[in-house]
Amino acid sequence: MEKQKPIIHRKDLRWYEQFYIPQIIAGMKITLTQVFRPKFTRQYPEVKWQPPPSFRGRPVLVEQNGVERCVACGLCSRVCPALAIEVQASETELSKERYPVKFEINMLRCIFCSFCEEVCPEEAIVMSQDFELTFTRQEDGIFGKDKLLTPLDKLKDRLEFLRKMR
Amino acid sequence: MEIIITIIKIIVVLGVMLGCVAYIVLLERRLSAGIQNRIGPNRVGWQGLLQPIADVMKLVFKEDIVPTKANRFIHDLAPIISIGVAMTTFAVIPFGDRINLFGYDIKLQIADVNIGILYILALTSLGVYGLTLSGWSSNSKYPLLGGIRSSAQMISYELSMGLSIIGVIMIAGSLELDTIVEAQAGWRWNIILQPIGFITFVVAAFAETNRLPFDLPEAEPELVAGYHTEYSGMKFALFYLSEYANMFVASAIITTLFLGGWQVPFVHSLGLPDFWVSVIQVFGFLFKIILIVAFFIIIRWTIPRFRYDQLMNLGWKFMLPIAILNLLITGLIILLI
Repeated sequence: MEKQKPIIHRKDLRWYEQFYIPQIIAGMKITLTQVFRPKFTRQYPEVKWQPPPSFRGRPVLVEQNGVERCVACGLCSRVCPALAIEVQASETELSKERYPVKFEINMLRCIFCSFCEEVCPEEAIVMSQDFELTFTRQEDGIFGKDKLLTPLDKLKDRLEFLRKMR
Repeated sequence: MEIIITIIKIIVVLGVMLGCVAYIVLLERRLSAGIQNRIGPNRVGWQGLLQPIADVMKLVFKEDIVPTKANRFIHDLAPIISIGVAMTTFAVIPFGDRINLFGYDIKLQIADVNIGILYILALTSLGVYGLTLSGWSSNSKYPLLGGIRSSAQMISYELSMGLSIIGVIMIAGSLELDTIVEAQAGWRWNIILQPIGFITFVVAAFAETNRLPFDLPEAEPELVAGYHTEYSGMKFALFYLSEYANMFVASAIITTLFLGGWQVPFVHSLGLPDFWVSVIQVFGFLFKIILIVAFFIIIRWTIPRFRYDQLMNLGWKFMLPIAILNLLITGLIILLI
């Protein structure tokens, strides 16, 4: 049996509609009114987008009381699917006893998966809201501790979000 | 002295025309952006006013690629034909009344040809060679399809274009563009006397300039970029320029034939000296052209593209009979009056 085609109901054009001209003028009115409506464009470098706390931007180390929270357990380095994180541990006099001498994230490799953030037992590495990562040389793509350390109060939104969602 | 005046006129007209065309591109980009709720180019210069210069700079430094097995000579020739036709058409269009400058009586028209309309019709139909040759010489399928389409489309619309002009010629009783403009003094514009002729001519002009409801030669969804797919760098820029120059010239022809040319109503009642009257008339002419160009642009972003068979149906079954009917009615009325 042949499949029945769906019936399309088309209105017959009225006599004045067959000249198309009133329709064209109506269409032009619609397009012209769009010109005066608010624009959707964001003037990017001047007006920046504020990402929501759920946004996964550049991973950073949380800095509390002037030192990083990180205890250099190396879990983030283990879990990283792109092998972007390199940690070297050492001992310290502080109560956390261990700290990373070297903590490097290769931003050329990072895929912003936030696995490091999930696995971290100390909430020491979180995804920030920073999405502007430009560098002109490959060597600049390896972010060391100097670039990664971020004060705690800048990351409050994300930490709150993580506590709520976990 | 005549020659020097003519050369100065040519330089001024070409300069004004190229400047206008460059800014029509900007107008199109800004207006289309507005219609799509965007902002459009506004970074180069104040509100993007230097954008045309930046565009040209970019295109000049682009590599000029010629496809292998392309017919190199014709491939180079095609954009030259396109731009040449677009530029030379403006020669016979009067852009103002006589003006008295430094003791010289200058007629504001480059070439005062007594068969002005015939010249325009002849040259605009030459424009199709640019498109067809570019399509054929590229040795590529999409440009070839675009070229074939353009030739078919232009030939179909040439006829109704010519026929809709004849009504205007009958009213003015001359092929000379100057006489036609003078016949439209005051409010006796041909758009009022010849509304059907105006509509058919505008539609045919859209088809002749390959603007959107009829832009089949470069229909992006089907033919990549149509006839100029294989062009790059300055040769592409020439095609781009000629498209907009064609639009400018088509608007100028529409203005001259139907919107009273450089006639500005009531300008003589202001009591200004003759020189300033002429200047106002020249700017009035430019203003009318820009209005028509804006109309072209808004139409482009309003109406979807015609299918090929719809285009041919409209051209042969609708436009042609209406143009002939308009011709008969005009003739009858002229006979009776």
